[in-house]
Amino acid sequence: MTRAEPTGLRLNLALAALILVLAVVSLMVGPAGLSPREALTGLFGGDDPAAAIVVRDIRLPRTLLAILIGATFGLSGAALQGLLRNPLAEPALFGAPQAASVGASFVIAYGIAGATSFAVPVAGIVGALVSIGGLVAIAGRRASLSVTLLAGLALASLAGAATALILNLAPTPYAALEIAFWLLGSLEDRSMDHLMIAAPFFVASWVLLTMNARAFRALTLGEDAAASLGVDIARTRLLVVIGVALGVGASVAVAGSIGFIGLVAPHLVRRSVNSDPARVCLPAALMGAALLTAADIAVRLVPANPNATAIEIKLGVVTAIIGVPFFLAMIFRERQLIDGASS
Amino acid sequence: MNAKVNNKLKLHAGAVVVRFGDALIVDGAALDLAAGELTVLIGPNGAGKTTLMRALAGLVPAEGRIDIEGKPLASLTVRERARRIAYLPQGHVFHWPMPVAAVVALGRYAYGDAFSAVTDDDRRAVAKALAATGTESFAARAVTTLSGGERARVALARALACEAPILLADEPTVSLDPRHQLVVMQLLARAAHDGGAVLAIGHDLALAARFADRIVMMDRGRLVADGAPRDVLTVERIAAVFGVEAFIADDVTGRHPVLLRPL
Repeated sequence: MTRAEPTGLRLNLALAALILVLAVVSLMVGPAGLSPREALTGLFGGDDPAAAIVVRDIRLPRTLLAILIGATFGLSGAALQGLLRNPLAEPALFGAPQAASVGASFVIAYGIAGATSFAVPVAGIVGALVSIGGLVAIAGRRASLSVTLLAGLALASLAGAATALILNLAPTPYAALEIAFWLLGSLEDRSMDHLMIAAPFFVASWVLLTMNARAFRALTLGEDAAASLGVDIARTRLLVVIGVALGVGASVAVAGSIGFIGLVAPHLVRRSVNSDPARVCLPAALMGAALLTAADIAVRLVPANPNATAIEIKLGVVTAIIGVPFFLAMIFRERQLIDGASS
Repeated sequence: MNAKVNNKLKLHAGAVVVRFGDALIVDGAALDLAAGELTVLIGPNGAGKTTLMRALAGLVPAEGRIDIEGKPLASLTVRERARRIAYLPQGHVFHWPMPVAAVVALGRYAYGDAFSAVTDDDRRAVAKALAATGTESFAARAVTTLSGGERARVALARALACEAPILLADEPTVSLDPRHQLVVMQLLARAAHDGGAVLAIGHDLALAARFADRIVMMDRGRLVADGAPRDVLTVERIAAVFGVEAFIADDVTGRHPVLLRPL
């Protein structure tokens, strides 16, 4: 028990340092390349006004958003895995970002609100709440892996169909195109307004999820034993569902659909904390932040076709391309568990 | 431990009724658990044993009266309840490959919160539970890598680490080899004789006859017998409740009946 504590601390410090380095790189990379010194002087108001504008108004918001969204997904993944006692649990596999997309794209398509109003995150949060609430209700007490995955698949498909319907019925082709690109997930051209809209929801989500970290540890014994130890299962479930929905809904509202960070991040750090589902929360959040910041740097380094409609590769595309093979590898590793659960 | 020392009655249940929808699962059960006594609850599959135990643990809503150390179960906070009743469910499930010592330390859950550090009391209780169950030699191993017998002992150690006056164990010997069945029953008997009020569900009548201070027999939701093993385990009653023919001998000391059949 005591041996894990310094390792966890060292891991967290190392990840925090990695995030700092990545954040500086993220401020340097883009159409106008900057040296680390230029980026930092730009950030703290140096003498080059052009560099200051590029760093502070263009790159700082997207860097901060990458860190906050990545942390939110990493923590959400760790929390859902702890709640459902299942290493494959992840917001995207339950259709949460997809359902959030339905809510948010509906608001965008019908021009109910501008892209930087609170209506978009609220619509996204409602969508995520419905999907995760539905999943936890279906997968419920037994937490069988096959039931959970199948229910998640069904919810994700339904959300996909609903989004397709909105695209289908979009009032103008322009609105349809805007939604389509936004759905791919990106942090391009995000401003401090986006950050300010989403930040309160992120903070609320973190508070709700970390509040329940101890309960995740007790849940390793199953729901009955955890309840006998004093865990209020219904309350834990409700708070986690709301916490994930707030974080994922707000993320999707400002950055579109970004998947798999919640699956990958906790897995990469789990062994360093002896698989403790409570202690994994902080490093999972930090790892998520590092991964998404790195992915957001990668999309700026990979040259996109200059004639294409999109200037950059979309972030959601990159996380999915990395995440899906990872997910498949995990399914093969856990297939005993899946076979056992379905029998 | 305190003024309650002379009050040996730890759990008192009267007219407990549990329904799932229209189905009556527990039908007016009355049961007392006293400190220092190992009580074994037996009965055929589907008799309602697990549901009764979960009701006593406060995990399913029940009608009737359940008192824990003289106070109504419903009046206790979740944390107060968790400090008084340790519950060991069936199956000995561990979902994450956590080290054994960390799993056993979960028994101390109700003694801390998110902001409190591990106390000396916690360390002592965990060390004691590990030592009692002989699990300290693999305390650092991941619990998912253990054999069935080892897992059963770890699960029991977790429950013992609660240091609750009442221990409820649902089929603690299921799927264990004969030696580990004996080990687990000895541990439960020791927990009782150290002052705990222990209730265990079992299917092995011979094992129950050998270790129980008291046997409670349940059939179709009702408690049909409650008393010393030699009084409860009769050929007629076993035939009526379990539908099997028993053959019972007396051991030389005369304390426990010895079942030569059905098992």
